[in-house]
Amino acid sequence: MSEPNDPVDYIARTQKQYANLGYPPYRWIRNEGRPPFTPLKKPLSESRLGLVGSGGIYRSGQVAFHYRDDFSFRVIASDTPVSELRATHFAYDLGDARRDPNSVFPLEILRSLAAQGRIGELGPNAYAFMGGIYSARLVRDKLAPAIAERLVKDEVDAALLVPV
Amino acid sequence: MERRGVATVSLSCAWSITQSVSPPRAVFLDFPLGRTAGPPGDKALQGRILLDALNTLETMEEPGEIRALPHRWPNGDGWKERARHPPAKANEASIDDRVGRSPTPQYQIEEDRTAAQSRLAAGGCPDCVFLAEGA
Repeated sequence: MSEPNDPVDYIARTQKQYANLGYPPYRWIRNEGRPPFTPLKKPLSESRLGLVGSGGIYRSGQVAFHYRDDFSFRVIASDTPVSELRATHFAYDLGDARRDPNSVFPLEILRSLAAQGRIGELGPNAYAFMGGIYSARLVRDKLAPAIAERLVKDEVDAALLVPV
Repeated sequence: MERRGVATVSLSCAWSITQSVSPPRAVFLDFPLGRTAGPPGDKALQGRILLDALNTLETMEEPGEIRALPHRWPNGDGWKERARHPPAKANEASIDDRVGRSPTPQYQIEEDRTAAQSRLAAGGCPDCVFLAEGA
């Protein structure tokens, strides 16, 4: 039994939901051992930062995500006004993300932290995709390396990852 | 990303999933799904959350650590009860039940569809990156 203040166990919850729907159990990614780790090479206040979010954010004028195994991503210029950010996703309640995209894609907040000198600067772009991609293989072998490649090209020192 | 020299920190609102994925650095926020970076409209709190998260880039030394941040969801933890009990059938209402899986783009507003289509007609969307499934 979970205590009221415990975090919600979404793995257990989803397995129960799948069982109720008559689906076979989902095989969650389970990474054992030490994750790859790169220390930050300079202070945060001098670092260039990237943003990667899985909340289904696109910029008005871009093609939106579709709801069947979409593992594409959108390049969103770091100076994009928050009024041009949209949210679309099949698996979470979009109300708050549409009211304030910073709730899942805090580009504007990072811009203010840069203006305050708390971080060095933002890279030229942020990156957005729509999570809930069923195939962990496609994320690991295709999507993550493609975004990593962009971050390296943008010469960022660090990236903030915002799953939903 | 870390293997390519980019240090990362991940926000998380789903402890068990993050534990299973085991990212290099993570901070946990006990918020309902869909609000990972903080409650809508509260720029001050969102800023504090991001600073707390980003500071771990300097302070976390043990790969795989998940640090719980002290910020609480403003309206209490009543959302958890709804989140813990998914509907028995797919067509029953729930705060985060899934919708139908359509293979066509799902625009937030109709004007976005028109804007995207005219841009596609004028030469494409270079900032939309579609990846091939094969090797």
